[in-house]
Amino acid sequence: MKGTLVAVLAMALWLPASAQGPGKAASQAPRKPAPPTKPAANKSSAPRTPWGDPDLQGVWNDATSTPLQRPTGVGAKDVLTDEEAADFQAQLANDLSRDRRDGGADADVNRAYNEHWMDARRLKITGDHRTSLIVDPQDGRIPPLVPLSPEREKARTARAGANARFNAGLPETYRDMSLPVQCIIRTDSPPYLPTIYNNDFQIFQSPGYVVIAPEMIHSARTIPLDRRPHLGRNLHQWLGDSRGHWEGDTLIVETTNFRTDDGVIFQNANPGTFKITERFTRVDATTLNYEFTVEDPQTWTKPWTAIIPWTKIDPKEQMYEYACHEDNYDIVHFLTGARKREASETSR
Amino acid sequence: MLSALLAMAVPIAAQFPAYRPVRMADGHPNLNGVWQALVTADFDLQDHEAKPGPHPEVMGAYGGEHAGQSVVEGGEIPYQPWALEKKKQNFAKRTTVDVSSDKKWHELGDPEFKCYMPGVPRATYMPFPFSIVQGSSPYILFSYEFASATRIVRMDWKGEAPTPSWMGWSRGRWEGDTLVIDVSGFREETWLDRAGDFHSDELHVVERYTPVSPYHLMYEATIEDPKIYTRPWKISFPLYRRVEKNVQLLEFKCVPFTEDLLYERFSKQGGSK
Repeated sequence: MKGTLVAVLAMALWLPASAQGPGKAASQAPRKPAPPTKPAANKSSAPRTPWGDPDLQGVWNDATSTPLQRPTGVGAKDVLTDEEAADFQAQLANDLSRDRRDGGADADVNRAYNEHWMDARRLKITGDHRTSLIVDPQDGRIPPLVPLSPEREKARTARAGANARFNAGLPETYRDMSLPVQCIIRTDSPPYLPTIYNNDFQIFQSPGYVVIAPEMIHSARTIPLDRRPHLGRNLHQWLGDSRGHWEGDTLIVETTNFRTDDGVIFQNANPGTFKITERFTRVDATTLNYEFTVEDPQTWTKPWTAIIPWTKIDPKEQMYEYACHEDNYDIVHFLTGARKREASETSR
Repeated sequence: MLSALLAMAVPIAAQFPAYRPVRMADGHPNLNGVWQALVTADFDLQDHEAKPGPHPEVMGAYGGEHAGQSVVEGGEIPYQPWALEKKKQNFAKRTTVDVSSDKKWHELGDPEFKCYMPGVPRATYMPFPFSIVQGSSPYILFSYEFASATRIVRMDWKGEAPTPSWMGWSRGRWEGDTLVIDVSGFREETWLDRAGDFHSDELHVVERYTPVSPYHLMYEATIEDPKIYTRPWKISFPLYRRVEKNVQLLEFKCVPFTEDLLYERFSKQGGSK
């Protein structure tokens, strides 16, 4: 009872801050990864856990139609007016939606089937009307790539070959398939980017820890907050090794010790030199800003930063188990299909 | 009476002096931490002698399985006669794998062998740590090192499991200092151990986690499945807190360890390695 009262009170005190709203947050989107503001603890109005940490607990959804990189059509505009935003959203929704009638009956049925799986939230642009999730550099684009070392060039070519075989319906082995198709990692590896479905993340907290459970694939990323050192340099993991701390109301997470397999890191950056910093900040009762900065001097010419708003979902909704490997029939279908194709080519 | 209790060889909370656990702000015991069972029940819930594992000709002593005493109250699982036969067949084919047909995908072999999520209660006594994450929301997370399996315990959640799942649908409540979790809505494919012990989709598990010292939880699970057993039965053993200063769950993402076993036979002969 006492706990409930305190919670209600905290919420009431905190609500006026949300009057800033998403629009204000947009104009505050950092132009470069400046050090986050550090509000004095006594000025903070964000809800707190009973043990005093900012409270991020809940199920959040990061779906949006705002593209990671700014499309060429919008010029240099980083934030749109309400009217422009409506057009932009309508255009993106039309491109992304499978609920269209052009293209004949077959196309219609295929689209309808696919639409069934997809997250309706992915058809809306961010509440702050940005034209790209990337906020730095200012052009909203991933910085140019640096020339790769010959070994990495070779690895990338090999991967491209595997992808081409897979896309042609002729994978030679399961090794030609990507890590998500193999059900090893999906959207559970940072940075977290929106996708067509299963965009839910449940955040759990306990004294000294934040734990993030992404829907795909049923893993939990445990983030200790006690400033302990990272794992030893010979211990690598698919999801890396995360350490966090609070700066004001913002959770800052640094992740290292990634495995070196192809495809583990976004855009195949170099695990040895890749750095990722994530920042989680509640901006109002139902929005959490997820900001990440990645850098790798052996992949990109400079660091870049994106902000993705996460929306708290109705507490009546639940996150369900995403089993993947357990019934991965596809992998066998892809391979047996490829063998049949090869056989019919030979006999022709 | 006393000798009967001793003969059961299962620990009971009464062995410990009275203990008042550290509490969260809501007054319930704080169960946060990394925990691990030290029983050998994943080999076999019932009494088992030490034996070579599958393929001793290549695995040698590495593959050997430890001896252990039954964690089942009364020693034996009360199978219906046909189900006992099925359990024996399961064991005989525990390392057989055939995924050539969607329909027969799960027919043969121990799911653990194929890196499938272990289900409940097996996840608790796998030889891996797991963590409990308990905060101030109505959800408690159980995160297991094996296969990165997780399950969300929904406190005081009303209603039935919305859909079957590997880890089941967990509804929690407090009974005094004991966290009681009612789990149902299971897929029928998980097994209870490497000995072939199994259940149906009517499996219903009630787990009890009771703190008995700062470093121990007493674990008890009642297992009910009218399709398979003649009556409900119970297992119990302690869970130990992992107290290493740097303790954390590491990854045991075992999918890559199984892909040659599951899929290599469908590869192109002489194709890329």
